[in-house]
Amino acid sequence: MGRIVLDKISKSFGDVEVIPPLDLAINDGEFTVFVGPSGCGKSTLLRLIAGLEDSSGGHIRIDHEDATHVPPAKRGLAMVFQSYALYPHMSVRKNIAFPLKMAKMDKAEIDRRVEGAASVLNLTDYLDRRPGQLSGGQRQRVAIGRAIVREPSAFLFDEPLSNLDAALRVGMRLEISELHKRLKTTMIYVTHDQVEAMTMADKIVVLQAGVIEQVGSPLELYRAPRNVFVAGFIGSPKMNLLSGPEIADYNAHTIGTRPEHIAISQTEGVWEGTVGVSEHLGSDTFVHVKCAAFPEPLTVRVRGELDLSYGSTVFLTPDPEHLHRFDAQGLRFA
Amino acid sequence: MATQQSRSAARIMMAPAVILLLGWMLVPLTMTVWFSFKKYLPLRGGDLGWTGFDNYVRFFTSSAFWPSVQATLVIVGGVLAITIVFGVLLAALLNQPMWGRGIVRILVIAPFFVMPTVSALVWKNMFMDPVNGLFAHLWKLFGAEPVSWLSEASLESIILIVSWQWLPFATLILLTAIQSLDSEQLEAAEMDGAPPLKRFGFITLPHLSRAITVVVLIQTIFLLSIFAEIFVTTQGAFGTKTLTYLIYQRVLESQNVGLGSAGGVYAIILANIVAIFLMRIVGKNLDT
Repeated sequence: MGRIVLDKISKSFGDVEVIPPLDLAINDGEFTVFVGPSGCGKSTLLRLIAGLEDSSGGHIRIDHEDATHVPPAKRGLAMVFQSYALYPHMSVRKNIAFPLKMAKMDKAEIDRRVEGAASVLNLTDYLDRRPGQLSGGQRQRVAIGRAIVREPSAFLFDEPLSNLDAALRVGMRLEISELHKRLKTTMIYVTHDQVEAMTMADKIVVLQAGVIEQVGSPLELYRAPRNVFVAGFIGSPKMNLLSGPEIADYNAHTIGTRPEHIAISQTEGVWEGTVGVSEHLGSDTFVHVKCAAFPEPLTVRVRGELDLSYGSTVFLTPDPEHLHRFDAQGLRFA
Repeated sequence: MATQQSRSAARIMMAPAVILLLGWMLVPLTMTVWFSFKKYLPLRGGDLGWTGFDNYVRFFTSSAFWPSVQATLVIVGGVLAITIVFGVLLAALLNQPMWGRGIVRILVIAPFFVMPTVSALVWKNMFMDPVNGLFAHLWKLFGAEPVSWLSEASLESIILIVSWQWLPFATLILLTAIQSLDSEQLEAAEMDGAPPLKRFGFITLPHLSRAITVVVLIQTIFLLSIFAEIFVTTQGAFGTKTLTYLIYQRVLESQNVGLGSAGGVYAIILANIVAIFLMRIVGKNLDT
């Protein structure tokens, strides 16, 4: 079991309120991702759940029991840190066995569980090495191993992939998702990378300045962002957010259209612009178009390859089906 | 230093320093060994020629030799134990956030700036004097008989004085080491269910092992040769005659340079034995 409920939880450091009172429910077995720009309070929120920070107000309930003042070790949660926080003077085996040793578990049982975790994570050959002799990805797996041997009711990940190179990150992302499918344990994952959030999450919690902007499945957030912030944060490349006199016809303060929902044509369209830089990814081409009507260039995503010379004139037409309209407060209306 | 040219240039550049250091070490060492084979009594006839291993035999068989080796080792061991244990505890304390931490840190370092002679005199006259010392007053306050520290507990007193001087050094090095401990490791241990004492034992202490090694090695070098503290307090009486002090007595009080030089060679041997033992015990910490 691993149902975590935050009830009016808040956190202040001195006079600075980092997290105003906030409610959130995380269901058992759910993969929840906290995502937001740096400094938005997502790590603080995770540390509040872990018990590494004391809350300034409100309650945390884990499996229907009030855990607000329960020390971290007794909450039944395991955490994977950004720096992995492996114990450098212990072998991999001792690192993984540490929480079990602290729980005064029987020696044979410790060995059985460590071997089990090591074989799941492909670490069997490295059990007698020290963390300093391992690569980044292996250290990451040891940190995960140390978390899973405890059989916690929920896993907490604090930006676990930010220290890995891009190729390894994609691999570890898959491995963590795979682990979640197999263990079916609640996982809370903090990241600033919206791609990680989109690819891994059952439920995404978008945070800004300690406030939850929106909670929903990745596709809900993609299809119906609640406000301008979520619209701009979720999706890659970013949604084009347009405002000004040119969009008076749309009856909105701001309109948003994703790069994949704009048609580009050399002969006719709604907005006229000149082609800027084109980014060729092979499968897609991202074209940056400067329109006289808007201060920011628009990004257009075109399937496959497209040859447009720099500075040539093109016309853009947004897909009315996928147009997002926002009012003056930045909230979306249908 | 990739090319032939830069390598030879480097050699020429480093040569003066290397030659100076080598000379600095080799000249006194050679002279010590030279005199140790001579009968040399400056006030009783000067250089009286070679005597072979006579000085070595006399120094070794002297009744003062083994007690002096023992006193040396007891003082070094005692001071090391006290400075390491209290150094670790003080470093852990000073690492806690508290009001006025900067000033407290400077105060802790202060004893290291006091000259050995001065600190020994202050301890002898202000604290340990059986009539006017602060300890005597404290003892009398509780109705106890004042202890004449330097004669009744002479070795312990000297260990106390020297520990007081070296504790700041140990604390300073251990404090910088403790500050470099990644706080996420302690948090991870906390999540793993380790209570504060086990976090200290399993995470903080192993992290400090390298710094402790450095403190032990550096302090040993200096402690083997402490002299001023003994000179101004007990003058080598009451079992506080260390090897260093014995050599001083042989050379300057008995005016026997040859005998003292032989003692100096023994001191070198003792220092090397201690160093080898220490390297064996703690040196492996430096590898990892």
